[in-house]
Amino acid sequence: MAAAARFTVVGGGLAGLMTTIKLAEAGHHVDVLSIVPVKRSHSVCAQGGINGAVNTKGEGDHPDIHVKDTLRGGDFLAEQVSVKGMCYAAPGIIYMLDRMGVTFNRTSEGLLDFRRFGGTLHHRTAFAGATTGQQLLYALDEQVRRYESEGKVTKYEYWEWLGTVKDEAGRCIGSVALDLRTMEIRTFPAEAVCLATGGPGIVFGRSTNSIINTGTAAGRAYLEGALYANGEFIQVHPTSIPGEDKLRLMSESVRGEGGRVWVPKKKGDTRSPRDIPDSERWYFLEEKYPKYKNLVPRDVATREIFTVCRDLGMGIGGKDGVYLDVTHIPAPTLDAKIKGVMEIYEKFVGDDPRKTPMVIFPGMHYSMGGLYVTFEADSRTLTPAEGSPKNQSTNIPGLYAAGEADYAFHGANRLGANSLLSCIYSGMIGGPAMAAYAKNNATSAEAKSDKYFADAKKYWDDRFATIKKMAGAENPYQISKELGELMTENCTVVRYNDRLKKTVEKIRELKGRWKDCNVLDTGSVANRSLSFTNQLWNMLELGEVIATSALLRDESRGAHYKPDFSLPEPKSKDPTQDPEWMALWKKRHEKWAKTTIAKHSEEGPKISYEDISTPVLEPEPRWYA
Amino acid sequence: MDTAQASATTKTVTFRIWRQDGPGGEGHYDEFRIPYSKGANVVSCLMEIQRNPVTVQGKKVAPVVWDAACLEEVCGSCAMNINGRVRMACSALIDKLEQPITLEPMRKFPVVRDLAVNRDRMFEALKRVKGWIPVDGTHNLGPGPRQSPKDQATMYVLSTCITCGSCLEACPQVTLDNAFVGAAAISQARLFNMHPTGEMNAEERTRALMGPGGVQDCGKAQNCVKVCPKEIPLVTSIAAMNREVSKVLIKDIFFKEEEKKGHGGPG
Ligand SMILES: Cc1cc2nc3c(=O)[nH]c(=O)nc-3n(C[C@H](O)[C@H](O)[C@H](O)COP(=O)(O)OP(=O)(O)OC[C@H]3O[C@@H](n4cnc5c(N)ncnc54)[C@H](O)[C@@H]3O)c2cc1C
Ligand code: SF4
Ligand code: FES
Repeated sequence: MAAAARFTVVGGGLAGLMTTIKLAEAGHHVDVLSIVPVKRSHSVCAQGGINGAVNTKGEGDHPDIHVKDTLRGGDFLAEQVSVKGMCYAAPGIIYMLDRMGVTFNRTSEGLLDFRRFGGTLHHRTAFAGATTGQQLLYALDEQVRRYESEGKVTKYEYWEWLGTVKDEAGRCIGSVALDLRTMEIRTFPAEAVCLATGGPGIVFGRSTNSIINTGTAAGRAYLEGALYANGEFIQVHPTSIPGEDKLRLMSESVRGEGGRVWVPKKKGDTRSPRDIPDSERWYFLEEKYPKYKNLVPRDVATREIFTVCRDLGMGIGGKDGVYLDVTHIPAPTLDAKIKGVMEIYEKFVGDDPRKTPMVIFPGMHYSMGGLYVTFEADSRTLTPAEGSPKNQSTNIPGLYAAGEADYAFHGANRLGANSLLSCIYSGMIGGPAMAAYAKNNATSAEAKSDKYFADAKKYWDDRFATIKKMAGAENPYQISKELGELMTENCTVVRYNDRLKKTVEKIRELKGRWKDCNVLDTGSVANRSLSFTNQLWNMLELGEVIATSALLRDESRGAHYKPDFSLPEPKSKDPTQDPEWMALWKKRHEKWAKTTIAKHSEEGPKISYEDISTPVLEPEPRWYA
Repeated sequence: MDTAQASATTKTVTFRIWRQDGPGGEGHYDEFRIPYSKGANVVSCLMEIQRNPVTVQGKKVAPVVWDAACLEEVCGSCAMNINGRVRMACSALIDKLEQPITLEPMRKFPVVRDLAVNRDRMFEALKRVKGWIPVDGTHNLGPGPRQSPKDQATMYVLSTCITCGSCLEACPQVTLDNAFVGAAAISQARLFNMHPTGEMNAEERTRALMGPGGVQDCGKAQNCVKVCPKEIPLVTSIAAMNREVSKVLIKDIFFKEEEKKGHGGPG
């Protein structure tokens, strides 16, 4: 390997930019590919904050408690070594962002301020108003621009990654990508490639995600042999504003700053919320969870809201929807801390949430599952070994994954404000891992036969020529909408096997219909329908992985809830005090404390399970009462 | 006829949309009519048209090309001219717009296709003003400098710029092919100059705003601040950077004088 090697990072969200910075800082050259200018990546939407046990509030917080909260929050499916590494790195990451100029909120002494988030009892979340993701993304974007102006980074914005280029040994030696403006297809040789391509929200049609989050890259990598893990674990956020085009998030920070969730005690009460006295309001989360109150983990809050609306018929006006109320908090406080989300509500709903309680309902939000990656544990610290090429590596040598696109850090349920952290941390260890891989990898990609690249380019040229000729009866955007409705109906909060079976069948039908698509646009410039039609296939593949994985996991864990396979309620408040229940829990745990692994085959996803390893923390029942 | 009312009773929404097949080409308008739905915005309507791209005249056409991602006015993608005024399409609610709703691309940026434009010049401007904090590295060096909540509040607002380009679109000084950096980049220079670490390179950023295309090209029309979706105090930022430029200019003159006088003086 030459002193400065060339790498490709796909995606310019937090994960991709951090990976890029790490590589550029070490003197390597990085090509960054992104379907949108990186500054417009979905990370910009994150509102609430980023976790780190900095412990400035005298609460005795510690990275070990952060580890425990995260592993418990994820019902013990998260990869433990990576979680420990992440939580220990978190304070340093927040400081780094601070030095990069992130406009974090401050205490009166000028120190970083921290707020509370779900699934913890500590003030652990650093925040910049209610647009933390935007501020973090901009900070990394600025650092990358600095490297760009020094010639160490080349950005390819409005370029879509289509697939890998592999050598005969199956190693990834580069990529094929499409210029979304000129529609040119070309190859990018690289020592190693990282997919930091974000989550698959749009597979669910309407979600809290940006509409560019189709998951296409992860879907394609899966088709090319990358393993996809824990696909069934989809986080449905308890509080979003239902909308025709998207479900706009009302950040957990709203509850972190004191927001309360309630419904009228009287079913179908038609009074305006302001006319309903406190005694006639049912604060159901506070009642059931006196310790965590409104800040129980997301899967728990979501299920409670679902039960209140769907099972008890107690939603506002008998419909889907509960109040999220901040009217008791002084407006200046709200504006100082969560103005961003207050404005979103005001703009899109038309009511001022400072004066009128907001109406919210759960919405698809985040994928805990993603591309399977490995870590090498440092046996002393039980964190990912520094500079190991195994960290963040998919099963395809030379292909890495980071950020929401990987499966590792959040298990069965992600804690709020842990994702921005995992994105940055995975980039911090992923970049050095790629560099180490290249160093160990004898011949450089540039030196390799042109044939692999020529073949790969030809494959994609042909595929796009074929798609461009598609003149059938189906509109790809319509198929995408139907996929979204199907997934939302059957693969979100409550899951039943008969419906999941039908879902898988229906996805296969949609795949059949895909073949009869009409590409709608024969233009040769910025032909979005052409690229979308190709993406849609990858979305259907991911949908099938998610539904099949959900079908086969016969238990309830974190965000994956199957009433037909749930454990009964324990007889004591602390379940460990109920020996009978503990026996049931243990049996279930032994059977299902496993990572779901999907491998592509012509007949559909092949699912297998890998035992989780628990070097950091022994699993225990998860309860929040 | 009052079209707005007519369509309200039939519950449809009518759009007149600029179509242009590629950069620099000719263009025309296509008219679309779609079912009305409550709470709809311009982007949700464009998505609806995508699912059935047929004009009012019954002609099948290619779906409209436009940029959008977040749909909550934070990614900056979707700026366009809506009924003749530049604004973000995702937060433009149909109920508040007069019909037919005319959509046109921004005119101060080269059109890529239909409503999508090329805003590279804005990112280039950020390079020009060195819009970043030159940190020593990403390793753990402890916390950054302390800042008062008051300074944080000022800087936070400046740092919410979404690079949408509205301020350039509205600015009479910006043309398709001139070099004026525009309000957004000037305001970013102010942001980084305010930061305790960024301040160390303040002069460099200020100098980048001198000369052709710099802050002194501002004609003080003050249109930028009226259209900024994030309500960034752009006029204040421009004034602040103008003052910094003046200070550097005076310093330069002073040093030149000193140099002239200083022959043989203390070294
Ligand atoms: C509304 C909302 C609020 C949130 N708030 C928080 C919060 O407060 N705290 C928290 O911790 N987490 C939060 N999250 C989650 C968090 O924002 C995301 O998980 C995280 O930003 C993902 O970052 P990423 O870098 O993995 O991907 P992204 O930011 O999604 O970036 C993906 C990148 O990949 C590129 N890309 C994708 N496909 C391709 C392709 N085929 N070719 C080329 N480029 C491609 C895109 O252009 C983009 O640059 C929130 C999520 C949502 C939806
Ligand atoms: S300053 Fe305002 S108008 Fe100009 S680019 Fe930024 S957000 Fe848009
Ligand atoms: S789509 Fe992001 S600002 Fe409108």
